[in-house]
Amino acid sequence: MSSPAQEERRADEPDAKTPPLWEEEEEPTPPPTGPKRRITWRKLVTVPAVVLIVLLLTWLYISNVQLDSIARNSLEGGNVPLRLRQHIELTAISTFWVLIIALPLGTALTRRGLRKAAPVVTAIANVGQAAPAIGLLALLVIWLGIGQSTAITGMVLYAILPVLANTVAGLRAIDPNLVEASKGIGMSARATLARVELPLAVPLILAGVRTALVLNVGTATLATFGGGGGLGDLITSGIQTQRMPVLVVGSVLTVCLALIVDWLASLVEVMLTPRGLEEK
Amino acid sequence: MSETYDSETGGAGSHPEDGARAEGGLGTHAGSGSGSGSGSGAGILLEGLTKRYPGSREPAVDNVHMEIKPGETVILVGPSGCGKSTTLKMINRLIEPSSGRIRIGDEDVTDIDPVKLRRKVGYAIQSSGLFPHMTVAENIALVPKMVGWSKSRVKDRVEEMLDLVGLDPREFHGRYPRQLSGGQQQRVGVARALAADPPVLLMDEPFGAVDPITRDHLQDELIRLQHELHKTIVFVTHDFDEAIKLGDRIAVLREQSHIAQFDTPEAILTNPADDFVSGFVGAGAALKRLNLTRVREVEIADFPTVTVEDPLQSIFNKLRSGPHNELLMLDRRNRPYKWLRRGDLMRAKGSLARAGQLVHDTVTRDATLRDALEAVLTDSGGRVAVTGRRGEYIGVVDMETLMNSVHEMLEADRLAAFEHQHEQAELLTDPQDRRGEQDERGQQLEDGAEV
Repeated sequence: MSSPAQEERRADEPDAKTPPLWEEEEEPTPPPTGPKRRITWRKLVTVPAVVLIVLLLTWLYISNVQLDSIARNSLEGGNVPLRLRQHIELTAISTFWVLIIALPLGTALTRRGLRKAAPVVTAIANVGQAAPAIGLLALLVIWLGIGQSTAITGMVLYAILPVLANTVAGLRAIDPNLVEASKGIGMSARATLARVELPLAVPLILAGVRTALVLNVGTATLATFGGGGGLGDLITSGIQTQRMPVLVVGSVLTVCLALIVDWLASLVEVMLTPRGLEEK
Repeated sequence: MSETYDSETGGAGSHPEDGARAEGGLGTHAGSGSGSGSGSGAGILLEGLTKRYPGSREPAVDNVHMEIKPGETVILVGPSGCGKSTTLKMINRLIEPSSGRIRIGDEDVTDIDPVKLRRKVGYAIQSSGLFPHMTVAENIALVPKMVGWSKSRVKDRVEEMLDLVGLDPREFHGRYPRQLSGGQQQRVGVARALAADPPVLLMDEPFGAVDPITRDHLQDELIRLQHELHKTIVFVTHDFDEAIKLGDRIAVLREQSHIAQFDTPEAILTNPADDFVSGFVGAGAALKRLNLTRVREVEIADFPTVTVEDPLQSIFNKLRSGPHNELLMLDRRNRPYKWLRRGDLMRAKGSLARAGQLVHDTVTRDATLRDALEAVLTDSGGRVAVTGRRGEYIGVVDMETLMNSVHEMLEADRLAAFEHQHEQAELLTDPQDRRGEQDERGQQLEDGAEV
């Protein structure tokens, strides 16, 4: 096996053998697509359109019914925008804390030292979610007193599980060969996490975040029992005073908010998913 | 022991090239050690490398000693679970050895920062290990970026590496791994491993997951690459044929990475150390030996030829007067065209167009003897025409030539192996003198003495 022989052989052979092989090899490779794909029109338009129609119908309904002073008291004087803003605040702040807690925790639970603790922590998070949200909130009110922060604490406890579980699952689902390859080519443990593991886990993590967000929009209606305000105020006062319009406004706004939040999250999901991971 | 291999840099004094050549001569493969350009290989020395996993009594890898020369391709081959992969991963310390030392070049790397170590050691694995969320270019650029190359240098390097592994940079640059076929992914994997120009390349069954035809191509490609780059390659496989094809030397490992035999492919084929090795070599060692020799290394015989432009009469005359009763007719560009026998022209009523048998198979001088044998066996006349780079006629190889050269080769291998064993036995019985003797041998080689 003298070396010049090898070189020349390589130089000679492609003429004879390679061409058909190349064709075969290149077959499964469509030309790289430009930045079109990703967000389709339908995805962009459907949900907002539905939400708009629902809001429009509700507005028509409200403006056509006779409102007595009690109902007017609930719906006028900027009360509705205030409650809506509170609701959005509650959702945003609680989701923020969920991310701050669950992402690092989930990541830590997949590192070597803490891997064994993962089942325990997941079990605790499970309790947080399995307990009825309103019960949880009641307990927290007893413990922490009434106020927005109590409501938020309850919501965070309630929504941690999906993000935590998905972060752990997403990081665990990564092909161990890739992690080894990454270490093998000389990436430090931190670089491996930041540049290989987390990007690869992004789709699952984002799915968890989306679930948490939507959950939070729902549980934020319960914040009213902890004195946290939000659209829950409208709903409960609508029920207590038996004023249909108030109840309708509260619940319709909650539903629409949930839909819009979910829609926004889905867009973010599409945008943040690394391109190489998209399904063809 | 590394001073034996320092001849490239200092040992040979005013003739650095001679030094390098002499060093290559230590192995039987002349080409292996000749690289002295930048980025070429560094030697690897494993001393008493052992891996014990907690909870198991037997070590997974037990006391491996191995010396790998700069620019050499060493194949670790053995049955599944013999610890070959573990041994490989201990070289870049993906698996930390329980005891033993690792030296790469002049440096003891057993205790240095593993991240630093791995940036100097290329690593390619089965099914490529490319990161699916990064483009081909990003994958290749990873290590150069980490070691702090400038942007433009990294960019150039990526193009260069893609070129090197036979992929068109413009086409593949921006693709994602899942848009590539298995073979292409593997090429990119090798490009990534080589991107920062490491002196050492570790390959863990890199071609294990591709189809046989693609694998064959990738192997050829690796041989070509290695010929250009002269890296020190440690390659793990369980496929002995792959080992023969790629290796300058092969280490046949049995359980716990005990080295059953560590020698050139020729020596292992013709003189397996024990039953385990011969079992692993499998049947047909002589046939496998054919893979190791090229047509250019055997005697290529002359054969009477004519060209299609010759007048009919002179062709007749040649046929009648020649030693064979056969002619090889060449076409206008001197390529073998037809075999012409004595009766053929008569039967075709003097029409050259219809007479004779078309040449359906030729071999180049760089084809293996196995290819040649294949062609000879399928040819009705028992010979095959040898052609040059542009397909022009050079000569003919027939059955007899093949048989004779195989016999000679086997005989020579046997002799060499015997001598080698003898030397080894001497070395083993005299461990104290080992270093001295090697130095002496190195000295002799530098002086130009034959082994």
